[in-house]
Amino acid sequence: MRVWLLAKREFFATFDAPTGYVVLALFPALAATLFFLTGPFFALNEASLRPFFATMPWLLVLLAPAITMSLWAEEKRSGTEELLLTYPFHLRQLVLGKFFGAWAILALALVFSLAVPFTVDALGDLDWGPVGGGYLSVLLLGGASLAVGLFLSSCTDNQIVAWLLGATVLLAFNLVGLAATAASMPPTLGQLFLALDFGNHFQAMTRGVIDIGNIMFYLGVTAFFLVANGVVLERRRWS
Amino acid sequence: MLPKHAGVAEVAAAQPPVVRVAGLKKSYGKVEALRGIDFEVNQGSVLGFLGPNGAGKTTAIKILTGYLAASAGRVEVCGVDVAEEPLEVKRHIGYLAENNPLYLDMRVADFLHFAARAFFLTGRQVQQVVDRAVCCTGLEEVYRRPIGHCSKGFRQRVGLAQALLHDPQLLILDEPTNGLDPLQVVEMRALIRELGRQKTIIITSHVLPEIEALADRVVLLHEGRKVADGPLGGILGQDLAHCLVRVCLRCKPEQLRTVAEEANAVWLEERPQPFAGDDLAAATLEVAGADGLSRIATVAAQAGYPLLELAPQTRSLEYLFQNLKQGEEK
Ligand SMILES: Nc1ncnc2c1ncn2[C@@H]1O[C@H](COP(=O)(O)OP(=O)(O)OP(=O)(O)O)[C@@H](O)[C@H]1O
Ligand SMILES: [Mg+2]
Repeated sequence: MRVWLLAKREFFATFDAPTGYVVLALFPALAATLFFLTGPFFALNEASLRPFFATMPWLLVLLAPAITMSLWAEEKRSGTEELLLTYPFHLRQLVLGKFFGAWAILALALVFSLAVPFTVDALGDLDWGPVGGGYLSVLLLGGASLAVGLFLSSCTDNQIVAWLLGATVLLAFNLVGLAATAASMPPTLGQLFLALDFGNHFQAMTRGVIDIGNIMFYLGVTAFFLVANGVVLERRRWS
Repeated sequence: MLPKHAGVAEVAAAQPPVVRVAGLKKSYGKVEALRGIDFEVNQGSVLGFLGPNGAGKTTAIKILTGYLAASAGRVEVCGVDVAEEPLEVKRHIGYLAENNPLYLDMRVADFLHFAARAFFLTGRQVQQVVDRAVCCTGLEEVYRRPIGHCSKGFRQRVGLAQALLHDPQLLILDEPTNGLDPLQVVEMRALIRELGRQKTIIITSHVLPEIEALADRVVLLHEGRKVADGPLGGILGQDLAHCLVRVCLRCKPEQLRTVAEEANAVWLEERPQPFAGDDLAAATLEVAGADGLSRIATVAAQAGYPLLELAPQTRSLEYLFQNLKQGEEK
């Protein structure tokens, strides 16, 4: 209940600034444009959304930190953090409230992007099974990306810095897999890098392999960064 | 045993203190903001927190509200330790922070509803307490406006309203009249005085008349230490033996000096003439009690200098702060 109260406030506060609308408009628009204009959808002449989901990790690199950048940084800059931290909330409630508020924004953007599968379904016969799996994967990947962004937002009082840090770190998480394929890479380190790669788990899931390992990976990353967020806040009380 | 007709204050004093601070220390890295302070605040009293810039008032308050953790020492609010049960303490406190941080994008109504729910109010209670706070602080006319569109005076009231919603046992106001115009200052003070009748309040200010008008006890901080604690009069050295007095005579400045000497008054400083005219002299003197005062009048009359002004003064905060500084240099 307490988390719900906070998440609701965060969700609606996103629409007090233009960021909320920009994210809600850009995410579906970019996803659709990339898919219909550059994707191999028409070339393959078969109704599949694989290319659509393949662009998602890259869109999230840009847009997940855009959703989270202000969440702590702006509170700190304007001093309203003091308001939140002197109201009777647990730190974990505050962190979760912000996280779920951001997640709800992402979910809403995904709802708008449903226009793409419906269009494809109208043009040709669409197999909805993989689409469901794909959206579940985006939600999980998105949750982990938002947790990273939220954590970095708590490390600064400047939203632009928070966005830059977020995009950079997420880019790194999406590229470590490439590093793993480098010839000079020791195999054990390569394995580790591959295991950390956001896109690696994502591709496995959009291929239809919804195994518990991939789900646990994203939930684990999410939990790790949310806890780190709480630690940052608690440590600041002692500074 | 309480006397039969114990007043409100006496009954209150018999109850355990609302705030108990002992050995409180706080360092920001190398900066020692608080170097061990102790004080208590009794139920129903209004405590004024005084001190020059950087004395540590805001730091002490931030620890009291649980926003910052203390480096050492113990803070209890309503018998609960802030470090052990921060949530319980936060429920008892209404807090208007130093620069009145508010969500400027939210509407007054939405923000107050959120704040009420944050303090565990639910259902119909929410609208009830919001209505009460809005009425008490006079926010009706901006109720539907975004806070960012409100004037500073109204914002300050929103800050006060959110602190009152849950009917807290302890109200903490950090410079509540800072940056308000004189009219708003008067209204804000009237509001706080009204609240002070029922509530325990800690208030900080740089303005002496404010503390004088509102607080029944003062804790004076300087460089992270408590340097005085008690009624304001006592702290300012308002004892009759050292009474400050403003004098203006129709005479030459040298003649005023002679009068002061003859009346056994201590010359503190010459003052600019309060009225236009070449033949006026004004000064601030220190005299011993009512006798000292009347002696000045007598001596002036004997010398044939008309008396234009003879006004006992309260010592100013500037005087107090300067004394603190000088004491340190010695
Ligand atoms: N976040 C911080 N980091 C480092 N030093 C700080 C911080 N906040 C306050 N200080 C220092 O701690 C000391 C006490 O500051 P504090 O704000 O408590 O004073 P104050 O009595 O409230 O002053 P004012 O009357 O100006 O509001 C000052 O020397 C200040 O520079
Ligand atoms: Mg202060």
